[in-house]
Amino acid sequence: MNPKSVNRIATTVINSLVGVVVALLVLLISYILVTGLPHMSLDFLLSPSQSYQAGGGIRDQLFNSIYLVILTLIISFPIALGAGIYLAEYAPKNWIVDVIRTLIEVLSSLPSVVVGLFAYLVFVIKFQVGFSIISGAVALTIFNLPLLTRNIEDSIKSVPDFQMQGALALGLSKWTTIIKIIFPSAIPGIITGIILSSGRIFGEAAALIYTSGQSAPVLNYANWNPFSPDSFLNPMRPAETLAVHIWKVNSEGITPDANAISSGASAVLILVIILFNFFAHWIGKKLYKKFTVGEVK
Amino acid sequence: MKNSLKEKFLSPSKQTYQESFGKIISSFCILIIIALVVSILGFVTTKGIDTFTQSKINVFDFLFGNVWSPSSTGANGKPEVGAAPMIVTSFTVTLISAAIATPFAIACAIFMTFIANNRGSRLLRSTIELLVGIPSVIYGYIGLTLVVPLVRSIYGGTGFGILAGAIVLFVMILPTVTSLTVDSIKSVPDYYIKASYGLGATRWQTIYKVVLKISLPGILTAVIFGMTRAFGEALAVQMVIGNSITMPTNLTTPASTLTSQLTTGIGNTIMGTLQNNALWSLALVLLFMSLFFNILIKIIGKRGAAKYES
Repeated sequence: MNPKSVNRIATTVINSLVGVVVALLVLLISYILVTGLPHMSLDFLLSPSQSYQAGGGIRDQLFNSIYLVILTLIISFPIALGAGIYLAEYAPKNWIVDVIRTLIEVLSSLPSVVVGLFAYLVFVIKFQVGFSIISGAVALTIFNLPLLTRNIEDSIKSVPDFQMQGALALGLSKWTTIIKIIFPSAIPGIITGIILSSGRIFGEAAALIYTSGQSAPVLNYANWNPFSPDSFLNPMRPAETLAVHIWKVNSEGITPDANAISSGASAVLILVIILFNFFAHWIGKKLYKKFTVGEVK
Repeated sequence: MKNSLKEKFLSPSKQTYQESFGKIISSFCILIIIALVVSILGFVTTKGIDTFTQSKINVFDFLFGNVWSPSSTGANGKPEVGAAPMIVTSFTVTLISAAIATPFAIACAIFMTFIANNRGSRLLRSTIELLVGIPSVIYGYIGLTLVVPLVRSIYGGTGFGILAGAIVLFVMILPTVTSLTVDSIKSVPDYYIKASYGLGATRWQTIYKVVLKISLPGILTAVIFGMTRAFGEALAVQMVIGNSITMPTNLTTPASTLTSQLTTGIGNTIMGTLQNNALWSLALVLLFMSLFFNILIKIIGKRGAAKYES
């Protein structure tokens, strides 16, 4: 066989493999949306879940997921920002920093079950916090920190060096330069990273089963006191999130309409994540335009 | 007057204070992360070795034993905590899914960098990025409603098992492996490709003999990353694998992986008992495997870099 026909055959094989992948993706997304969207009514979104009868909604689970994302970001963003600044600007080039980077890589590749179990052991059992949103937020923080740190470090590093040099020449301290000049120019990248990581947190379940728990107590949305046990803002209550709910009705649940609930909830989850994705790219571009002369890289 | 001026010049400036403030704050943040990693490793290790130190279970019995039933005693008078069925299942699922995913990932990467036009490759890339974001429970749910019935109708039985798990994991790790493979193929210097075309090689000859050879370490790293994800994935696998702790004899009977046993078991056992400690030992095995994959990636990265530097 001459090289030309081998080339043709190889190209055909590659194209058909890609075709299979594309078909799989289309099948996957359309299956979720086609089976899920009919169940996604306002009533489904706004009514509480049922354990033993059909017709339950996902109101509390949806709220819990959103609340958990916000709490996690509140905890993890400052730490990731500090760590990212350290790695981008202060870290000397020596073996200690190499070890630190390796540790962060190890953290990012740990299975989420292991992270969840660690948070369960330390917070739920040792500190006796119990199954609560705050334990879940800590577990998700551990899971989120390495990725967010990496993202912030990269965004800060991508700011041109002459900005720093100019500021230093004017007599500003390095720290002031970072906070007042470098950080604002890195914001577009950082915001994109935050939104993408919110999507990841939103869908995470394995780390939450034993930290934020698998029960959704009745919430009172009129009670704004975070210390009262039935308030929706109370961070010490157990909270089943949307992703955990999907897992639970499928593997342990005795709800008669488990299929309808999980397809509806999956569609909601997917839609939220697609939205996050688009929003991240859109706002990244928008902010970049605002902070620079307007050329998009 | 003279003294105060001297003092002003000799004492640290406001900027110096700001600087040390910033250094302390940012070092503190990095210390938090280090403390977290160290305490995860420490806590899981100490919990995990309780099985061997407190209950005097032999490590080899644990790793190679075939029977997992921590609440009953076996022939040697000790509880039976043989984790081999789960370890074998975890590895089988991981290897099969990686073996299916690799050719597809390489094909997609080649397509994006060599065959498709700009728009086509951008479209494929953004779809794949979107797939990375799909939560694992959704993959599990789809596996439960589509893959398991499919396997059942072809091979009979319940449909739950290693095959269903591997198919679900294949789709899950495909985006990760693909995007890392694309990065590694794109990093092949352009002059190698141009030189190859210049010598009269066809596109496939260039890809096969030049591009894939140079990017081999990167592709291997990508596959190992995918395997790390597959090995540690819990819920999607737990939903489709059937969760029965027996040594797998074929691909379509229910089995149980390390992660699936952990997710189902921790809630049903009491802290401090052997049943619970044995589960922590499973978590320790997971941790070790994750570290092992990490080291493997480091080694391949270093050797790959050394090979093409000279």
